[in-house]
Amino acid sequence: MPSISDAQNPAQGCWIVPSTSADEVHVQVDGLTMAYGDFVVMRDLNFVVRRGDIFIIMGGSGCGKSTLMRHLIGLKRPAAGKVLIGGASLWETEGEERDALLRRLGVMYQSGALWSSLTLAENIGLPLEQFTDLSAAAIREVAAYKLALVGLAGFEDYYPSEISGGMQKRAGVARAMALDPEILFFDEPSAGLDPVSARRLDDLILELRESLRTTMIVVTHELASLMGIGTNSVYLDVETRTQIALGRPRGLLEGCRDAKVQAFLTRGGQAAPAGPTERANGEAG
Amino acid sequence: MVTLRSLPPESPEASDAPQLEIRRQSDNALTLYLSGPWLLREAVPSVTLVKEALEAGGRVRRILIDAGGVTGWDTALPVFLRAVVALAAEGGAHIDGSRLDEGVRKLLQLAAAVPPRQAATPRARPGLRIRTGEAAIRAWKRTAAFVVFLGEVVLSVGALLSGRAAYRPVDFGLVLQETGPRALGIVSLISFLVGLILAFVGAIQLARFGAQIYIADLVGLAMAREMGPMMAGIVMAGRTGAAFAAQLGTMQVNQEIDALKTLGISPVEFLVLPRIMALVLMMPLLTLYADLVGIGGGLTVSVSLFDLTLPQYWQETVAALTLTQFVIGLGKSVVYGAIVAVAGCAAGIRASGSASAVGEAATSAVVSGIVAIIVADGIFAVVLNALDL
Repeated sequence: MPSISDAQNPAQGCWIVPSTSADEVHVQVDGLTMAYGDFVVMRDLNFVVRRGDIFIIMGGSGCGKSTLMRHLIGLKRPAAGKVLIGGASLWETEGEERDALLRRLGVMYQSGALWSSLTLAENIGLPLEQFTDLSAAAIREVAAYKLALVGLAGFEDYYPSEISGGMQKRAGVARAMALDPEILFFDEPSAGLDPVSARRLDDLILELRESLRTTMIVVTHELASLMGIGTNSVYLDVETRTQIALGRPRGLLEGCRDAKVQAFLTRGGQAAPAGPTERANGEAG
Repeated sequence: MVTLRSLPPESPEASDAPQLEIRRQSDNALTLYLSGPWLLREAVPSVTLVKEALEAGGRVRRILIDAGGVTGWDTALPVFLRAVVALAAEGGAHIDGSRLDEGVRKLLQLAAAVPPRQAATPRARPGLRIRTGEAAIRAWKRTAAFVVFLGEVVLSVGALLSGRAAYRPVDFGLVLQETGPRALGIVSLISFLVGLILAFVGAIQLARFGAQIYIADLVGLAMAREMGPMMAGIVMAGRTGAAFAAQLGTMQVNQEIDALKTLGISPVEFLVLPRIMALVLMMPLLTLYADLVGIGGGLTVSVSLFDLTLPQYWQETVAALTLTQFVIGLGKSVVYGAIVAVAGCAAGIRASGSASAVGEAATSAVVSGIVAIIVADGIFAVVLNALDL
């Protein structure tokens, strides 16, 4: 059972120490403040992601989840604080070293972000072409394997526009895995997918983590998904502009007394399955 | 017992290269011993070795894979094993993977979970005859779609004249601003240089006869009749036509145009009409401006290099140019404006699918815009000649 320590910040939120805390620290966020110009999105973010974690970044719409991800993958520079990947910061390394660090990350973007002028096999092959000495035939074989992993065997020669949105997302996962990254990022993996496809993507995340021991960082606000797969999480609050809860999502649901976190994890009410009427009654948050 | 190996197993560098050793245990069983680092950056043994081993003896019924000696692996290992599995399936052999790492087994299962889509795999390139036919059909469909689009434009102009067209005057104002004042810089530069070049080219010939004074006629006539509208048209095709295509193409890709349609708003009236009107209104003004700047360019060269005085040049220009010349130029510019706007909007509306479609739309807008302008200029030349203008 997770232990609850309110001592760290008794005034607001709750910190629930996750059970897998023995593993090595993989990503460390240290006093991170994110800002667009003078506008501060979030301040004082502090958390660690351990190797093999499925770490959920959650929070209401517009709270800065995707912005946080952009900081973690080095697309945006922190206004203050640090993001360390395996102990190194993307903003303190340069050239070759930074590229090598970046290659340890794989990112699935919200709508796939597949290069539309390339076929699926070429999409996956491009990073391999750039960063390995593999022959064209070997690259194609690797691409076929990665596509098979995400359930898209036989779609090598399709263009992204010829397949459905769910398939594009899965192809995006395959491309993210092209260089066998240590850390995989997923931006809203289940957004816009039907429940079955969303579940299948969750299963895929679980299986990949189990067989490859990849660390996963998932931005999502899909309750079913984050409860099902999350081993640790951070909750970003849009009003206080900082994190107000940290821990395993299920642990937070049971142990976190913060009204906002509870409201989020129970879809705004106490009883989980909320039809329109129950929702109206259960405005406890 | 047959033994095939990719590398001698007892060689000293054995531990730092991926190795594959194949042993035939009995007549119908094969064991693959894998060792070393099976990583993509290493030269991993080829699966053809397994294939050769399978073909070397009698029919193999069972393949045992022993990866106990593998020191590290990434994608290279499952890719290799997948190929082995495929070979085994072909030959009807059973694979025993019980000595494989748990993670590798899971990955292989995952990769085999969804059977490959059969119809999808071979997509051979069709023959020349089929491709020609398909290209012809596509060209026909595109032409038909363009005619429909033109028809819609004409109908929307009708709606505009009867005051029923659904567009927002604010948008129209913005497009006017974008196509007119914002284009002044580039139009100034191009037409000044064209005037200057015309003056140079003409002056060198005319100076041989001491007839430099006729530079003014040459530049004035050429700018007003031909180069003014042509240059303004080409600049606008590159600048505004491409912008129209990219804007509408992006809207089409983002389903913004569908959103208008489902509201019962005609995208042609709402988006295309203001753009065409703006360009048709602005082109004559830009052309007139280009004419004057071009004449200025000619003047600069003549006065500074070919010993003409400003009043001389001015008088000669005024004598050479009649109102007809200007009217012809302005008439052309109206047509060119319509061409650029229609080509840009049609390319944008036609775009569909993805980001690359937007790029194609922009290219197509510029190319077809410029080609159409030159063709129209040719027609003008013939017609005006026939009319003795």
